[in-house]
Amino acid sequence: MIESVLRGLGRWGLDLLWRLGRGHLFLWEILKGVPETFIRFPLLIKQLYSVGVLSLMIIAVSGLFVGMVLALQGYYTLVDFGAEDSLGVLVALSLVRELGPVVAGLLFAGRAGSALTAEIGLMKSTEQLSGMEMMAVDPMRRVIAPRFVAGVISLPLLAAIFSALGIIGAYLVGHVQLGIDAGIFWSQMQMKTDWSADVVNGIIKSVVFGVVVTWIAVFEGYDCVPTSEGVGRATTRTVVHSAFAILGLDFVLTALMFGG
Amino acid sequence: MNEPLIKIRDLHFARGDRAIFKGVNIDIHRGEVVAIMGPSGTGKTTLMRLIGGQLKPDRGTVEIDGQNVHALSHDDLYALRKRMGMLFQSGALLTDLSVFDNVAFPLREHTDLPERMIHDLVLMKLQAVGLRNARRMMPAELSGGMARRVALARAIALDPMMIIYDEPFAGQDPISMGTVVDLVHDVSDAMGLTSIVVSHDIKEAAEISDTIFLLSGGKVIESGSPIKLKRSTSPWVQQFMQGLPDGPVPFHYPGTPFAEDLLSGSEASDYD
Amino acid sequence: MHSKNIEILVGLFVVAGMAALLMLAMKVSNLGDFTEKAGYSVTAEFDNIGGLKVRSPVSMAGVRVGRVSEIALDRENYTARVTLNISSQYDQIPLDTSASIFTAGLLGEQYIGLEAGGDEEFLVAGGELELTQSAMVLEQLIGKFLFSKAEGE
Repeated sequence: MIESVLRGLGRWGLDLLWRLGRGHLFLWEILKGVPETFIRFPLLIKQLYSVGVLSLMIIAVSGLFVGMVLALQGYYTLVDFGAEDSLGVLVALSLVRELGPVVAGLLFAGRAGSALTAEIGLMKSTEQLSGMEMMAVDPMRRVIAPRFVAGVISLPLLAAIFSALGIIGAYLVGHVQLGIDAGIFWSQMQMKTDWSADVVNGIIKSVVFGVVVTWIAVFEGYDCVPTSEGVGRATTRTVVHSAFAILGLDFVLTALMFGG
Repeated sequence: MNEPLIKIRDLHFARGDRAIFKGVNIDIHRGEVVAIMGPSGTGKTTLMRLIGGQLKPDRGTVEIDGQNVHALSHDDLYALRKRMGMLFQSGALLTDLSVFDNVAFPLREHTDLPERMIHDLVLMKLQAVGLRNARRMMPAELSGGMARRVALARAIALDPMMIIYDEPFAGQDPISMGTVVDLVHDVSDAMGLTSIVVSHDIKEAAEISDTIFLLSGGKVIESGSPIKLKRSTSPWVQQFMQGLPDGPVPFHYPGTPFAEDLLSGSEASDYD
Repeated sequence: MHSKNIEILVGLFVVAGMAALLMLAMKVSNLGDFTEKAGYSVTAEFDNIGGLKVRSPVSMAGVRVGRVSEIALDRENYTARVTLNISSQYDQIPLDTSASIFTAGLLGEQYIGLEAGGDEEFLVAGGELELTQSAMVLEQLIGKFLFSKAEGE
């Protein structure tokens, strides 16, 4: 009984190490193909479209609503202390430091990450990747690298859009609906939100999440078992692992950036 | 006779614990059409991937045009692959590109030809496989036979020195089967290509090939011209060439005898 | 025709992202703020700075003129040495201006209030504000109040 549990744990650990190792080698292979991506611009544009533009809708709508809800909830708490003037600060700091990168990252993993895994997995299972290799076209450079670069560029932009629209949503609720003075809303926010300490750190987070989520997505797709079941599992893994990675890294990054 | 184009020596390959090749030796000469045949599961597709450098053998070498495929650097391997065409069983067309763009794909990737010239080249290749007028269709709209013909047009787009077909006749209706047989024959004839056909369709393979290699149990058990093989006295070769259900290759998967199994009671399974 | 539309949409996406970043920089945070632009630094020494922090505002007659850029402890006389970064547009602050640490509201954040003196000469970079008044620490105030009450009786 105990022996089999231990053996199971051992196998799981070895498997994890094995996958981690392959994942890192894979990242190295991708990075070698990255410079070429900028030369072959049309490929990158196409991927920016399917990774970035297609995720824009869900990001924009979620951002707006998250901002509006934050404003509403924040207002009812702050008004008890007569501090409703700080509503802008509350919303801006929550969005810029945490919610923007994290929620945009989670949504991005669900929308673009899963699509990337499924697409690459299907290309693998229909022998398209093998076919490319035999046509002397390296799929790492032709297929994986442009998708990776597109993901890394897209997420910071999406996170910024998420935060900006969230703040606009909060402004709409705070000023138009709840009647907070517009001047106070913006000036308080501006005074307490710092460019380098808050905004730039948020952007750094979103870049890190962009790298990690896209990396997981393309790796799972490339490494999947090339059957319909395998692709389905890989897609699920992408979303789950991305979510864990984002939340875990967010804790680490927050401790590093704002803890010291 | 001149040096063979492809020289396979003492090839060993295993997947996990299962040995697939235990010392395969094959010579293929320039301009020949060679069929590599054997029952399902003998690793014909694996052999194809070993030749293409997608898999590494455990032992032994594959030499193409004097170069050891598995000792080449990444760049040299890719340079060699430009001179090889491979036709996958599924066609392996890029699903997000039209027929035209699929055939143009290797040209655009590997040459700096002007679009005008690519256009003409692609139409020539598509004309050769009879699908010039289907050039605007997407791969999803094609039948299996058509997809394979497009893939053939794509495989010969760069005028390779050799071409490998993976099961080109499998799963085709009689008409498209005939078309593919003719095409394989025409392409190797007209372009002087060395062709390797991996197949288990005896009739078609025998029709087009100069030499047949029969694989079984991880080794080449017989090779020679189709006529020689048909006259072989080996019972195994006879069973395969005539397609007899039972013989040296048993119909039943090896294991316990039937009577013993019946007596052993119920089968433990997941569907309790 | 297809790829052209895609290019346009990608262009719009990048522009939207950049616009969002610009908004975060200029409207939400203080990057567009004058204090980040070139200003000049002056120092002031306080006995106690209370809850003053780096980046706390510096204002004059209620108008913000700069920010606290550095806070350090003077090793010789154990006072707090505060460096103020004043925006270069306010370059006519008299030499004998006094600096006090105030609290915005009862529990609000602390800031430095400057009160202009009457000197003909103006502060320059590296100058020092001689007249300072420390922060009011609530506990001390209450202590003093109770003490004087007790003495009075």
